[in-house]
Amino acid sequence: MLKKSNAKNFLSSLGGMITVLTLVAIISAIVLGVAYQVTKEPIEKAKNARELAAIQEVLPGEFDNNPFEDRIIRTQPGNRNTIEIYPGRQGSDVKGIAVKSYSDKAFGGRLELIVGFFLDGTINGFKIIEQKETPGLGTKISEEKFSGQFKGFDPSRGVFKVRQDGGEIDAVTAATISSRAVIDAIDRAHKAYLKLNAGK
Amino acid sequence: MDKTSFQNLTRGLIKENPTFVMLLGMCPTLGVTTSAINGLGMGIATLFVLILSNMAIAAVKNFIPDKVRIPCFIVIIATFVTVVELVMSAYLPGLYAALGIFIPLIVVNCIILGRAEAFASKNTVFQSFLDAVGMGAGFTLSLTTLGLVREILGAGSAFGWNFAGSDANTMLLFIMPPGAFLALAGLIILFNKFIKRSAD
Repeated sequence: MLKKSNAKNFLSSLGGMITVLTLVAIISAIVLGVAYQVTKEPIEKAKNARELAAIQEVLPGEFDNNPFEDRIIRTQPGNRNTIEIYPGRQGSDVKGIAVKSYSDKAFGGRLELIVGFFLDGTINGFKIIEQKETPGLGTKISEEKFSGQFKGFDPSRGVFKVRQDGGEIDAVTAATISSRAVIDAIDRAHKAYLKLNAGK
Repeated sequence: MDKTSFQNLTRGLIKENPTFVMLLGMCPTLGVTTSAINGLGMGIATLFVLILSNMAIAAVKNFIPDKVRIPCFIVIIATFVTVVELVMSAYLPGLYAALGIFIPLIVVNCIILGRAEAFASKNTVFQSFLDAVGMGAGFTLSLTTLGLVREILGAGSAFGWNFAGSDANTMLLFIMPPGAFLALAGLIILFNKFIKRSAD
């Protein structure tokens, strides 16, 4: 009985409170450290797998290299954003190019996508990998009805804008901003690809 | 199972339903329930954290001085939330993509701290486990219902299955933030008028 009340007294003293809080913090830190170490690799793998799957989907034709390992990273002028270019090769011939690009003009913050080009710069298709658009509205940019319009489109020939802005792409109903962001991201990817092609 | 245990287990479902009766955790409730799947996922993630935190707090309650109990509870809860987030992004990347930004919100979810303070800090580990299961299930059920209602009205689909056709004119308002308030208010009225009254 005496022992118990002693323990209680110690716990409610200043030293006791500091000890308990410190212990709780140390134990939490250990748990978090272990969890971070254990999940670090699977998290990286899951992210790479998702990007590789997207690359495979948008790259035109067959390829036998790992485009992810052959990637070329380009820093955007004026800021620290990067664009990653993944060449799809068969032997030593480049068959198609996938580009990971982004747009900050989307409705819900940054939008990231991977877009595939034929060698002449025509779009094969794109895949959204990161978006925070309004579910049910902006998220329709991933649907075939919108994304199908880009297949075979050459951004440097047609007017690469949504119809509201005088272009040729039909925006998703009630999600014009999200649609513009997709075009913005693809346009950035296309410019990076042309630059690479010109040897710069 | 004795009567108290049974009451502790079922209390969260109807009588003290966290969403419709206690109106706790409104931030995730309104934020994520744009579709039934999102509501279900958020509910399950909360259920999981609630079970872990309730049991942990019930287990250490005798060592935590009263004056610093809240900081201790918050550190313990935040640790579990981060572990759940890391594990989810490592092994369930699909679900993480849908719920990612809402998981940190579980930390500030009043249900978790509320149950820690009101129940787990005064009861045994087993009873706290039952309480967490009941409250978590009640939260999951109400979030799924709310998500389902909003998805049906706003997107013309249920659990991702589109029954209205992709061109249907749905009430988009319901998947936007104002619709969350309207749908929640409607459900609270119905819940209290029919289900809770008949349960009392």
